[in-house]
Amino acid sequence: MHVDPYEKFWMFAAAGLIVLFASSVVYGAFSYAGHPPSHVETIDPSTARTDPRFAELGVVEKPDGSVEVVVLAQMFSFMPGEIRVPAGRPVTFRVTSPDVIHGFQIVASNGNATIVPGYVSQFTTTFAKPGEYLIVCNEYCGLGHHLMSGRLIVEEGA
Amino acid sequence: MIDRYDASATGVIDIGAATDKSPSAVGASWTKLALANFGVAITAFGIAATIAVMQAMSRANADLPFRSPRIFYLSVTAHGFLMALVFTTFFVMGLGYVFARVSLRRPIEGERLGWMGFWVALAGTLMAVAVILAGKASVLYTFYPPLEAHPLFYIGTTLLVVGSWIWCFVMVQSYRAWRRETPSKPVPLPMHGIMASVIVWVLATLGVAAEMIFLLIPWSLGFRETVDPVLARTLFWWFGHPLVYFWLVPAYTLWYTVLPKEAGGKLFSDPLARLVFILFVLFSTPVGLHHQFTDPGITAGWKLIHTMNTYVILFPSFITAFTLIASLEIAGRARGATGLFNWVARLPWREPFFASIALAMLIFSLGGIGGAINAAYGMNAVIHNTAWVQGHFHLTAGTATGLTFMGATYWLLPRLTGKPLRLPAFAAVQPYLWFVGMLMFSIVNHATGLMGMPRRVFDASYGGHPAAESWLAWTGLSAIGGVILFASAMCFVAVVVATITNRRGGDAPAFAFAEPVGGTIRAGTILDRFGFWTIAAVVMIVLAYAYPIFDLLRMERFGAPGLSPF
Repeated sequence: MHVDPYEKFWMFAAAGLIVLFASSVVYGAFSYAGHPPSHVETIDPSTARTDPRFAELGVVEKPDGSVEVVVLAQMFSFMPGEIRVPAGRPVTFRVTSPDVIHGFQIVASNGNATIVPGYVSQFTTTFAKPGEYLIVCNEYCGLGHHLMSGRLIVEEGA
Repeated sequence: MIDRYDASATGVIDIGAATDKSPSAVGASWTKLALANFGVAITAFGIAATIAVMQAMSRANADLPFRSPRIFYLSVTAHGFLMALVFTTFFVMGLGYVFARVSLRRPIEGERLGWMGFWVALAGTLMAVAVILAGKASVLYTFYPPLEAHPLFYIGTTLLVVGSWIWCFVMVQSYRAWRRETPSKPVPLPMHGIMASVIVWVLATLGVAAEMIFLLIPWSLGFRETVDPVLARTLFWWFGHPLVYFWLVPAYTLWYTVLPKEAGGKLFSDPLARLVFILFVLFSTPVGLHHQFTDPGITAGWKLIHTMNTYVILFPSFITAFTLIASLEIAGRARGATGLFNWVARLPWREPFFASIALAMLIFSLGGIGGAINAAYGMNAVIHNTAWVQGHFHLTAGTATGLTFMGATYWLLPRLTGKPLRLPAFAAVQPYLWFVGMLMFSIVNHATGLMGMPRRVFDASYGGHPAAESWLAWTGLSAIGGVILFASAMCFVAVVVATITNRRGGDAPAFAFAEPVGGTIRAGTILDRFGFWTIAAVVMIVLAYAYPIFDLLRMERFGAPGLSPF
């Protein structure tokens, strides 16, 4: 196939750019463990409220110093609605839904997960800056979708 | 590998010289079939655009009569369904009939079957629209379970797809008949693009058909208690991403085959255009998991593999950028340009077809860059399900495809009806209104999305939280963009209505396609073989999806019963 030399140059340059994009993604994934939330764990949505994993909602400090937050996302609120976590320490969120799909997005951070009934979403992130963060549902869940929000308070040196 | 340019393979097509006796296409039975499809497409577009302006103003918290969450989510569903599934599918079907008929220069094989496909798709569309408007299917056009719509929504949507399959069959039959009669020529480029679209569509719709037939229809009818939402989403996005290439490949086909001709130039490279279509056949489907980056239940490794495939699909668009800009430079120089860049100014910017496509291409380059960010595995969490995403697809779907189809309508109508375009001033200004309105709408949505504003919310004020205050300061600007887009859409609809209701007919201009510089490919060579590439595409899909789906199916999963909180 005959290709004009300029176009050939362009195609090599474009391919090079794409390889650069893709390798920076792979680099980020492996050197910073920059993976999207991809936890695999199932749960019966009809008994999620009484399941031992979600019986106690809220913040739990683990013996190793890490912090775990257990949240139930439901039509149309997050339980608990206010979460307090320390700054500068890894925080692991575990969230599920007893009804429909929701989103769990911590505005102005990279905390963003889809919450699916029947599954447990889990991700770990660290908040460097103390302050009050808005949590919103970013997946349409019904007429109260826009009312579904919560607060995350990141506390200094706790 | 290159033949000398074969003037009969592409170039000016005079329908009269082919098998028909009539001197032009006007009045031929196949034009009625094409126009019926365009008619449904444009009607859906007009309704969806009217709904959209209310949404843009609602997002800016403008006080509208009847503004309520129920109406808002109903209208978001109707807008998405009518634009993404109805306008596009019917328009592509109409374009398929035109390109098959005029580029193959033989009758459509199975015209009556084509009518059957049209009526099946229309019946399905009306069913689904009826239940949406009745408020019984406010599940948005992505219809993720366990949000449960009325069964007619799922059945209607399935019938729309079945109707489009009949169209696919007619396209393939027409191609095969032409191939038998014309073994010595490569398929004409317009039909090459249509065949690529057909293959993409058939492979893509297998996913959504499985979701409908095995999960959603039996579940909504009560034959199944529960549905696994992750499995349903996986099947949806098997369909949902190539869906955009089903719109884009026909748009690209117009860009490659009609744009250089209308600009007064030649197509810079015919073989590379074909390579681009084949790459879309191969890579448009095994990428769907990049829509499910934040989903639980799917391991990160497979999401990363789909990310890599997504980056490959940037490549054909890069080729397209070069080939088309080079083609336009040829046109500008043919119009007397001599300097390095003044060929741009020589192009026919006042012609509505040219302006629509050129602006659509410009916007698509922005949309493509945004797409590379969306697909960035590690960065996606910053913008996932935020307003950024709707900003993105209004550039790609709403403009690269939407504005191209509007421009194509200006090219098609006089050729199919013999009636010159009425309200030419409206037609001339319409693409620019769309361009400006879309930039305002889309840039604001990208920006507010970065601030964290979620998409698809009736009211983004969140009790006056400071983060919400920061993005609400911008939504007024996107609402103005929405109003300008609405004005543009109404100009378009007015031109179409004024043109087809005009009783006076004239001479229909000929359907003419761009001649390639440097010739086309030889018949039967690798880029001219659809069977081979279809098999290769199937292998790609199996490699990308077999294990993730197997992995889901073998897990202990708990389905979710349906809920209709709307």
